[in-house]
Amino acid sequence: MLVSYNWLKNYVDLGEITPEQLAEKITKSGIEVDHVTYIAEKSTNVVVGYVASCEKHPDADKLNVCQVDVGEETLQIVCGAPNVAKGQKVAVALPGASLPGDIKIKKVKLRGVESNGMICSLKELGLDPNYIPTDVADGIFVFPEETVVGESVTSLLNLDDAVLEFDLTPNRADALSMLGVAYEVAAILDQPITLPDETLNITSKESAHDVISVEVEAEDLNPYYGAFLIKDVEIKASPLWMRNYLMAAGIRPINNVVDITNYVLLEYGQPLHAFDYDRFASDKIVVRCAVDGEKITTLDDQERTLAAETLVITNGKEATAIAGVMGGANSEVVGETKNVLLEAAYFNGASIRKTVKATGLRSEASTRYEKGIDPNRVRRAGIRACNLLQQYASGTVLADVVEFDALDRSESIVEVNTNRVNERLGTEIDAPTIAAILNRLDFTFDQAGDDFTVHVPTRRGDITIFEDMLEEIARIYGYDHLPYTLPVGVAQSGGLTGRQALKRMVKNYLQGVGLMETMTYSLTNGEDISKLISPEVNEQNPQGVSLAMPMSEDRKYLRLSILPELLHTLTYNQARNQANLAFYEVGNVFISDEETLTKQPTELLRASGAVTGRWVEHPWQQEVKDVDFFVVKGIVEGLFDFLQIPVTFSPAKLADMHPGRTATLEVDGNIVGFIGQLHPTLEKALDLKATYVFDINLDVLIKKYDGEPSFSAIPKYPSIERDIAFILDDTIHAGDVQALIKEVGAPLVKQVKIFDVYQGENVEDGKKSIAYSLLYQHPDKTLKDDEVEASYQEVVESVNQRFNAYVRS
Amino acid sequence: MKEQLEAIQVEALEKIAGTDEIKTLQEVRVAYLGKKGSLTGVLKGMGKLSKEERPVIGEIANKVRDAITAALDEKNEKLEQKALEKQLEAEAIDVTLPGKPVNQGGPHLLTSIVEEIEDLFTGMGYEVREGPEVETDYFNFEALNLPKDHPARDMQDTFYITNELLMRTHTSPVQARTMQEYQGGKSFKMICPGKVYRRDNDDATHSHQFTQIEGLYVDKNVRMSDLKGTLDVFAKKMFGEDREIRLRPSFFPFTEPSVEMDISCKVCKGAGCSVCKGTGWIEILGGGMVHPRVLEMAGYDPKEYSGFAFGMGPERIAMLKYGVNDIRAFYTNDKRFLKQYHQA
Repeated sequence: MLVSYNWLKNYVDLGEITPEQLAEKITKSGIEVDHVTYIAEKSTNVVVGYVASCEKHPDADKLNVCQVDVGEETLQIVCGAPNVAKGQKVAVALPGASLPGDIKIKKVKLRGVESNGMICSLKELGLDPNYIPTDVADGIFVFPEETVVGESVTSLLNLDDAVLEFDLTPNRADALSMLGVAYEVAAILDQPITLPDETLNITSKESAHDVISVEVEAEDLNPYYGAFLIKDVEIKASPLWMRNYLMAAGIRPINNVVDITNYVLLEYGQPLHAFDYDRFASDKIVVRCAVDGEKITTLDDQERTLAAETLVITNGKEATAIAGVMGGANSEVVGETKNVLLEAAYFNGASIRKTVKATGLRSEASTRYEKGIDPNRVRRAGIRACNLLQQYASGTVLADVVEFDALDRSESIVEVNTNRVNERLGTEIDAPTIAAILNRLDFTFDQAGDDFTVHVPTRRGDITIFEDMLEEIARIYGYDHLPYTLPVGVAQSGGLTGRQALKRMVKNYLQGVGLMETMTYSLTNGEDISKLISPEVNEQNPQGVSLAMPMSEDRKYLRLSILPELLHTLTYNQARNQANLAFYEVGNVFISDEETLTKQPTELLRASGAVTGRWVEHPWQQEVKDVDFFVVKGIVEGLFDFLQIPVTFSPAKLADMHPGRTATLEVDGNIVGFIGQLHPTLEKALDLKATYVFDINLDVLIKKYDGEPSFSAIPKYPSIERDIAFILDDTIHAGDVQALIKEVGAPLVKQVKIFDVYQGENVEDGKKSIAYSLLYQHPDKTLKDDEVEASYQEVVESVNQRFNAYVRS
Repeated sequence: MKEQLEAIQVEALEKIAGTDEIKTLQEVRVAYLGKKGSLTGVLKGMGKLSKEERPVIGEIANKVRDAITAALDEKNEKLEQKALEKQLEAEAIDVTLPGKPVNQGGPHLLTSIVEEIEDLFTGMGYEVREGPEVETDYFNFEALNLPKDHPARDMQDTFYITNELLMRTHTSPVQARTMQEYQGGKSFKMICPGKVYRRDNDDATHSHQFTQIEGLYVDKNVRMSDLKGTLDVFAKKMFGEDREIRLRPSFFPFTEPSVEMDISCKVCKGAGCSVCKGTGWIEILGGGMVHPRVLEMAGYDPKEYSGFAFGMGPERIAMLKYGVNDIRAFYTNDKRFLKQYHQA
């Protein structure tokens, strides 16, 4: 809503308050004023001049030489505007004048002819070209005949006006009208309000009933329809002041009839529609729902096909307007219009909202209907428009208004108790203060001590319950005056849940070992949705969950894996010379086994990582090495070790992963994620160097995590270390041997570590040597050599039998 | 013999003084005190002395030997010290060379902000609650006093999946879920951080995905002044003790009265500058007293219980606090951006 400061002054005395100060006060009271802008930059020395004569320039076809009377003198001015003519009253920038855009007017010679000033267009005076009437858009502006020569144009053209742009919240539909704004400002400033002239002097003997009837078939969607008839109108430009206000409010003036309906729309917040009565071609208005597929050509010359629930105004035969949204071209007011049928109606907001959604048409009218209009202003707005049509279109208003009226105009009654106000606000406001606030709001009320019965005016449809009144009282009292207190009630320890705390621990661990956290989008595209999904997620046959109306194909599906987006961040960074990257992200993926969703998908919490390039960014004094499988495996093993959850790795072949460098992670025999190198084909497609990734199901880890490490005594007795190297087939997995040693060696073998893997000289082809270090320890005594030896032999025997391995000498 | 001994002492001490290598010093030790050393040689001749002379000379001989030994030891220690110094000097390194790099990761800026806010409110007794990112229309809208076709639904463009399922547009459904879980019978304080989604085109100030943190306190006799006091504590802890807050009336369907909170501009201290668009204030968050319909729908009796709620965007806070000027930067994950805020 654009609010003209000068227009507002017609209803409320603004005193010495500047537009900026007013904006600040309104903002603090609840309606945010986004900007204050001025109609035009300041210009000086521009006055009304009378074109006494206008002759062709002797040396230039497109120029005219005009003698212009500016009051104290007559100036010769050369003018290039095509529409300049003798007898016009025009805006003249005198020599020495300054115009917007830092233009200074001087005496000059144009093609040898002296020119002492400039005749200006509205654009040159700084008005927004979007709102300048089309008939004067390309030339100079011509003032009405009665304009006084020599007068400054600043106030005549409202050039000094300021416009306050309101950012309205949906509840404040009342402020979609100048009157509504006036009530608000009057309450803020504690000033009275002056209402517009709503008197109507009917001279016509003819009644509107004689020429029109109204029939409403959908009473719930259209509880009030008022038809006024104005005969013998003269279509011409509307008065200058009205055009000025419309332009300030962002509406382009057209002609007096259309301008008056727009003016009253802005003034009262009540949409009106003017039909050309003769083109309407019927003595009967029928309001009904459209027949499915019914067609209408609207004012913008678009043919539109209507749905069955759309409310239309008809002449009994065909649709002549989409109710509350836009008129039809067939009954539009045009230059030749003589008789006007004026509609002032109340349409149901939800119905209009549906129409707007279905047609994609939104207008000043529909916006107001959607948000709700004041039932007590519908008829009054019609009368106000008739008053203006009489004055400015020389129309004759017929007696009576033809109405269908089933409109509920009752006020909301809200009970307000002073103590309850103070209990809720934490204040100590007394009853007289509340009474004063209600008076400022112009709400009528009955008072009995601390109790108020408030009759909420229908213009404030947003106020229906005590809490609504509470806000009104608080905002006029001033939020600034509320005290600062802290809650005194519930004593609760608060804090993080175990799950939240563990999530933080996992993140801290991953950051501690060198990974940077990223945050990527949950929405992905049709290609990435099926990539790099962990086997245990895939097992659940997840269907890609997609948005009904995505913004783009790129962000259409809910991700099933964090990794594809994470890989894109690697590509993005590599393209910017960031080659060494170690990222991780903790977040949800969304799985559902339904093709058409009937319930929420399951959200799984996962930790994923992707690493590429050198592990150490600047490998000073150490080996220059790219990341490999074992760097990432070390990170993952470390995480499980940190959480004290045993994990095993098994070789796996997964789509998009390197077939020989990928493993699944298992906890208690169930897969909880995977790790490995990306398939080189995918690396190439993403323009990445060797990239290693992991993806872990955090939900399982959180469930499994004990949280309370149990105490185990630090061993008192010395341990014994024994090393052992096996020669075995190349195909045997070191981890399987390690597991067997642990199993056989228990309970004396506390720890088995691999410290060397060797192939080459002294080891035959197809074989490898793996060296293990075994740690023996007994909790209650010092182990003897023969005890260790016995266990050691048992291990050697078992490994030999199971894997056909022998000890390397 | 006495003269002989004294001569040896003088000679030995001279030699010791003149030695500056450990090896030579060792030779001196052998030359005087060794089996074939000159002092030893003199002492061997003691047998020829008379009974009277023997103790006298013996005493002198001992003194001479002690003096030589002491001088040798002293000199030896000096030389060893010198040798060590020399060795250490040779071992010197260029300490201005860099150390061996350690890999250092770090949190995303938004995580840092969220955790800071979580810690701040858990310190005031709030619990942290989470909820699903894919929500039902009921919890995202209806339970929050936003029935279907309510004009206020236009305030948030929604990614629908089906007519009933959607990407949550705010974390408020977690409030509704929490109240419903407590079945209208429990007083509580909670905050709920999380990802939310809006049907927006991504640009410098809009993101189709962003984060939100909301807070909710439900109890008997919750006052609007409690909200003001709580937000004041939050603003001062988050942005600095010298910041002021200002509440303005606003509108949210789920609160009544509703507020918008501004903090005084850090740059101009309220005088008005380009950062605060000349107003002296910067909008930070929205909130209000829980709407009685919302309490009622969750099973709380609005006559007995009241509450306050507030919500804020960590992106906005990060942008204000750290001068990030494009919301997309949070989701592009440029390593140079991420690294800048690891200490945030």
